[in-house]
Amino acid sequence: MPDLVPDLAPTPGQTIGPFFHYALPYAGDCQLVDPGAPGSIRLHGHVYDGHGVGLPDALLEIRQADPAGRVPTVEGSLHRDGRFTGWGRCSTDRLGHYWFRTVEPGPTRDGGAPFFAVTVFARGLLNRLFTRIYLPVDDATLAADPLLSGLDDDSRTRLVATREDDGSLRLDLHLQGPQETPFLTYPRHRG
Amino acid sequence: MTTAEKLEGGLDTQQVISKEIAAIQAASPAAEPQPRLDFAPYRSSLLRHPTKDLRQADPEGAELVAPVFGQSDVDPLEADLTIQSGGEPIGERIVVTGRLVDGDGRPVRRQLVEIWHANAAGRYIHLRDQHPAPIDPNFTGTGRCLTDDEGVYSFTTIKPGPYPWHNHRNAWRPAHIHFSLFGTDFTQRMITQMYFPADPLFALDPIYQSITDPRVRERLVATYDHDLSQHDRLLGYRWDIVLTGAHATWTEPEGDDRA
Ligand SMILES: [Fe+3]
Repeated sequence: MPDLVPDLAPTPGQTIGPFFHYALPYAGDCQLVDPGAPGSIRLHGHVYDGHGVGLPDALLEIRQADPAGRVPTVEGSLHRDGRFTGWGRCSTDRLGHYWFRTVEPGPTRDGGAPFFAVTVFARGLLNRLFTRIYLPVDDATLAADPLLSGLDDDSRTRLVATREDDGSLRLDLHLQGPQETPFLTYPRHRG
Repeated sequence: MTTAEKLEGGLDTQQVISKEIAAIQAASPAAEPQPRLDFAPYRSSLLRHPTKDLRQADPEGAELVAPVFGQSDVDPLEADLTIQSGGEPIGERIVVTGRLVDGDGRPVRRQLVEIWHANAAGRYIHLRDQHPAPIDPNFTGTGRCLTDDEGVYSFTTIKPGPYPWHNHRNAWRPAHIHFSLFGTDFTQRMITQMYFPADPLFALDPIYQSITDPRVRERLVATYDHDLSQHDRLLGYRWDIVLTGAHATWTEPEGDDRA
């Protein structure tokens, strides 16, 4: 057994680079549920750079609860067999579009605002970014959310998906610019 | 403009890039723990870094629980990149192994590690890789494994070559292996690159140098370990990885598949 790592400062990140497409995407990566599964929806949008150009080489991952608010801890994300694992991965297309087929997460605590946890990787992005995509639930629930309540109205709308006519949820992510997405850091990321 | 400059699209020289790197690093506080997101010497970062500060969030729900992977997800053979095709790939055969722990020193057990890298000639099997170096029909350059109960991962592969890119004139990436890592909670998710000792390209590379503190970026460099090398077979490299601390108190998954 190797020795313990003596210095527990985190290993720094690096960009995913341009050549991940043959390594990380896999069949069914963005499809957390089968087509036609009860409650199945599409979550989608574009990832844009500071000039509003879609990123053809970004990778998004989502982590979510099931509709009952339970976060699955089951294997089977790489070879999906019908179990809901609550995790998915999508590389953007040539225009920067991403999509997932999934179900809507429920709140994981009483009165909580349900959201998808999101990680963004891209060529040109030197380290991963975290954000959230909230469901467009009632205003009172969103207003009571600890993160959203600390944001101005503009920033808040950039974290809440919109409902489309066909039932899809849509949210565009902007890495930079006037519509820049609020990105997150967590207490244990410090130092 | 010379023909060569036109062909290169008027790219900056290494001298310009190196001066920019030196200026940023001289003005950086010591021990910045992560790469700069706003790092102009890496030209692709110019329009792809957030300009606002990251917002502090208290993680909750799905953020506190990493995805779980298991034996149904990963075939043990995927950890050997030298046996994925009909024949042996060209290059120095190596083993890369180390321990994945979190910021509290706890091993990250039975978790997915994914890698990808160029072949010995510095060429990726990727449609967008235009580097006119040979493709190796016996090497795809992708691997996966699960860490063991001590948090140890291990891959057998060949040593990748450095490769040119178009960040500036005569830009070359030091040889590296891309690593994709999960912890026990989702806030630990990260992707990084592992490098090889004493690469002469380190000082010239804006991606490696985006980590402004030399002691921090040296954490990405593996160690040659003769005890890992195998007689008549391969050379051994050790590279340990530390994620951030977990926010949640980790409890073992129950194997509950009701979801
Ligand atoms: Fe690379």
